[in-house]
Amino acid sequence: MTPTIGARIFHKEFPPITRHRLALYCGASGDHNPIHVDLDFAKKAGFPDVFTHGMLVMAYLGQALTDAVPPPRLRTFSTRFVAITQLGARLTCEGHVAELVERNGERCAKLALTTKDENGDVKLSGEAVIAL
Amino acid sequence: MVDQSAVGREFTPVTAHVEPGRLRFFLDTLGENNPLYRDAKAASGAGYAAPPVPPTYLFCLEMMDATVPFEFLTALNIDLARVLHGEQRFDYHAPVMIGDTLTFRPRVTSVAEKKGGAMTLVVVETAVTNQNGVHVADVSRTVVIRNPRPS
Repeated sequence: MTPTIGARIFHKEFPPITRHRLALYCGASGDHNPIHVDLDFAKKAGFPDVFTHGMLVMAYLGQALTDAVPPPRLRTFSTRFVAITQLGARLTCEGHVAELVERNGERCAKLALTTKDENGDVKLSGEAVIAL
Repeated sequence: MVDQSAVGREFTPVTAHVEPGRLRFFLDTLGENNPLYRDAKAASGAGYAAPPVPPTYLFCLEMMDATVPFEFLTALNIDLARVLHGEQRFDYHAPVMIGDTLTFRPRVTSVAEKKGGAMTLVVVETAVTNQNGVHVADVSRTVVIRNPRPS
């Protein structure tokens, strides 16, 4: 099956980011950077509050992606962390077909990925290459 | 401040185990309910010998099992409080699943100053191999250092 350029492959919404979620992710991911869980540390570093691990947001995007695309077809997955994701953010992840490409002799689709908050502000902008 | 002399620096290889309990904690934290990641039967139906890891989990495995957390930051004298994650990339070459033992070999591939020295971008690329010597993935992380203003 050949996907249509511009077709939306997935759209998934996630619950609001809580302090509890950040604490759990700190343990579950091995990323113990205090800036995401320790308000005193975050303030000292010049931030008004703790903020979401970029990799938690990317994990949500990856979850939305592999709901739609079987993981064995995933070739590359990359993101740019465009802006800090604040506490309480309700994230929506989307993926669209950007172009069809051949990669190492394999027919692939390049997907354009975004994660936005409830105000429509882009938090992550990314790309995935999937085998067709 | 980090400069070009850091390019090529390598850090202690990390050996990490894909353990089912730790993986389940990660899945629960993210509300990830895809049976492929949790159920051996679903995984086997998709052609895996055991449940595979989600797409970003390689990043976590390296951090969880590193004997020196944030080694590349301390080795390059970078203050953790000044670091933001700029970009992240994964190139997948072969499946990674529960039971695997992986080796991560990180090295600095690029250092670039931005905004007149206000920020420095450091790229660390990490080749990942499994217990059979198979090159399963390449992981690339770009960190942004917010440099202190010269006084």
